[in-house]
Amino acid sequence: MSDIEIPVLTTTVTKMVQWARRSSIWPVTFGLACCAIEMMAMSTSRYDIARFGAEVFRGSPRQSDLMIVAGRLSRKMAPVLRRIYDQMPEPKYVISMGACASVGGVFDNYALVQGVDQIVPVDVFVPGCPPRPESLIYGIVQLQRKIDQQALYELSSESSRVPGPRVITG
Amino acid sequence: MDSQQIADALRGVAPEGAVEPVHAADGMPTLAIARELAPTVCVALRDRPELRFVLACDITAVDYLPREPRFEVLVLLASLGLPGLGDAPKRLRLKIRVPGSDPRMPTLSGVWAAMNWGEREVYDLFGIHFDGHPDLRRILMPEDWEGYPARKDYPVQIRMTPKVYEPLQLTPQEFASNVQADRDRAKGAPAADARVRRE
Repeated sequence: MSDIEIPVLTTTVTKMVQWARRSSIWPVTFGLACCAIEMMAMSTSRYDIARFGAEVFRGSPRQSDLMIVAGRLSRKMAPVLRRIYDQMPEPKYVISMGACASVGGVFDNYALVQGVDQIVPVDVFVPGCPPRPESLIYGIVQLQRKIDQQALYELSSESSRVPGPRVITG
Repeated sequence: MDSQQIADALRGVAPEGAVEPVHAADGMPTLAIARELAPTVCVALRDRPELRFVLACDITAVDYLPREPRFEVLVLLASLGLPGLGDAPKRLRLKIRVPGSDPRMPTLSGVWAAMNWGEREVYDLFGIHFDGHPDLRRILMPEDWEGYPARKDYPVQIRMTPKVYEPLQLTPQEFASNVQADRDRAKGAPAADARVRRE
């Protein structure tokens, strides 16, 4: 018995769940404006978000973990975005992509929501107009770091309120 | 055809002064028509054999705020022309002046069906009512929006919380009664108000 090498790795349940959660973040197919073009570029072979396990854009919010708010959000669209977010199962995460989704961008007017954090809790803000695919990939990596610190039974919709949104630069 | 020729072709349709050629800086034929007579003139523009403006391209409006009459509704028309008969395609712009104290005019959706949504857009953004329109409600802004955003005195920046709605939570009994109400309504039974809604 003593010379048999048994391939065993010891860990905790929490660490394993965190690893599973962060290694397959499936975003919901939800593009609002021109940022969605960069979001699509991110999933193609040139930038290849599949390296981080997030390449499967699901057509249904029921099968999604992440909502990338890619573009400007009009006040008419706001209830729709909230409904899609409500339909996603826990744990769920939100990335606010670009200037318009984060603060309204250049559209400082009556028709647009000035920041989607008024509608849904945002985990990561990605600046840019639009952000390059590398920026968005960096945002997803930041989200993975955040998931690594998340407790097992913590609801995402509450967790992002507590430590505050993580703002990334570059 | 220039503005004067089109106005001459319309002779007899409306009383004197109701149809006037207007100078346009871009040279496009332009007529100013009285708002009460707009449908009558438009039917003639569509049906007279030498005119035949069968294509309604667009309807929009301009708000000249301090001036009175405040609004000017613009209708863009096209006549396709008959090739080989010396009948060239032509365009026409109509201007209908609408006072700000009484922003309404008769609908043109009975003349060109394409005006239906265009007039809804003008109503949505400028608040000009089209009398006789079959379905005059907002088309771009949310249904419960207050004000008309394309007016000059409308504030561009509004600070207010965006509206979202809580997800509808129904008991199984309420859900069953809603399904039953939908089935009754499909059969034609008067059960329209039986549906449980929570906003």
